[in-house]
Amino acid sequence: MTSLPPLLAFDDVAKSFTLHLRGGAVLPVIAGATLAVHPGECVVLGGASGAGKSSLLKMAYGNYRCAAGAIRVRDGARVVDLATAAPREILGLRRTTLAYVSQFLRVIPRVGARAVVEAAGIEGGLAPEAARSRAADLLTRLNLPERLWGLPPATFSGGEQQRVNIARGLIADRPILLLDEPTASLDAENRAVVVALIAEKRAAGAGILGIFHDADVREAVATRIVDVAAFRGAMAA
Amino acid sequence: MIEPLLPEPLLTVDGLTKRYGRRLACDGIGFTLDAGEVLAVVGESGSGKSTLLSLIAGEVTADAGTVSYRMRDGATRDLAALSVVDRRALMRTDWGFVRQDATQGLRMAVSAGGNVGERLMGVGDRHYGRIRATALDWLARVEIAPDRVDDPPTRFSGGMRQRLQIARNLVTAPRLVLMDEPTSGLDVSVQARLLDMIRGLVAELGLAVIIVTHDLAVARLLSHRVLVMRGGRVIETGLTDQVLDDPQAAYTQLLVSSVLAA
Repeated sequence: MTSLPPLLAFDDVAKSFTLHLRGGAVLPVIAGATLAVHPGECVVLGGASGAGKSSLLKMAYGNYRCAAGAIRVRDGARVVDLATAAPREILGLRRTTLAYVSQFLRVIPRVGARAVVEAAGIEGGLAPEAARSRAADLLTRLNLPERLWGLPPATFSGGEQQRVNIARGLIADRPILLLDEPTASLDAENRAVVVALIAEKRAAGAGILGIFHDADVREAVATRIVDVAAFRGAMAA
Repeated sequence: MIEPLLPEPLLTVDGLTKRYGRRLACDGIGFTLDAGEVLAVVGESGSGKSTLLSLIAGEVTADAGTVSYRMRDGATRDLAALSVVDRRALMRTDWGFVRQDATQGLRMAVSAGGNVGERLMGVGDRHYGRIRATALDWLARVEIAPDRVDDPPTRFSGGMRQRLQIARNLVTAPRLVLMDEPTSGLDVSVQARLLDMIRGLVAELGLAVIIVTHDLAVARLLSHRVLVMRGGRVIETGLTDQVLDDPQAAYTQLLVSSVLAA
């Protein structure tokens, strides 16, 4: 029996930004990034601010392009390289395989918090009733008062919006979770809820790649820490 | 790596070119659109984006290039080779066109119910009661109160007119809808409501849409893919959030950086 490939693998990935409005200046961010995430792992990206941690996550979601290398995502029985995948393939992976939770909720006008979470569940393949009950479950666990569920999150506080965002990102059973500081504006109680949710996802076989600024949270969730500073070696200083 | 077997695209645009005098309004535009896919065409005034839509709809004749469409019977046909009658039938049933100026997309002297019912009669429905019931149902879906069904759109606000256009276009269950700046010229609050309605209907009905807009926020909210146009050419194309968050072309970077954050 051959072992399965990792859920997510960066292979010698580079990223730079060419700033055409700044005379074509090239801003190198990452070079030679190689890492793998297996089921049940929570790999935490470490390193100073500006080291390219968020860029790596955005590349893993297909939101940023790759300048070089491959980002291989296991999707059922096949492996897709995000660096060369067509837009519709990337969209397909986001529906079935990749979940991304950023620090900020991109607000959709007029849609209530519970409906936002439910819709994410249905898009991720849950039956409507399952999405409905899971949305209620998650929002309850994340201590979002029930009186807010029907309201659009635009008017919520930063912490409330972030909890809606976490619920939205975690409701479906996607095997790869990309978490960009999901606990940044949460209090201790809700940070603990997120730590527990991450442990449950790991136990269910998900692979997680994340950024956690808070040392306690990082300590609690990480199975391994990868220092992103190592991915700048090949670049001119 | 095994490629999944994809069905043929719904729409294939190839080498589409239109010249007005010495000016190239569209210069060899090509792309494909799948069923259920939303493509935003963005660019500034004069970029050729509205001309592109007119060429696809066959309202303007191309100097070169083809537009092919997978018909309901599964056969892909070159639209220029269709007879006038077949082409008109296609536009009235399987395609919709929501225009920026509602007075061009609606019959202003006909009641709201009549505007919706007309498309149904166009596909052969003659049962008055059923037509009226369907029209009422669609007016409700676009949040127009039933007591306005007999009013002509001249008595409607800008936002209501756009919603009526949407109902008129969607009542025949088209698979492809063209939209030309459907939200511009409306108040911001009205825009948000309309955008949210379009977003919901597109997802629910699995529509393929080509939406022309100068508003990058509209593109981000509604589209899967984006085509950036300038001077009649496609400057950059790709996944919408990728193009907007990590633009590669100098012009796209300028467009993205020119948006004021609220």
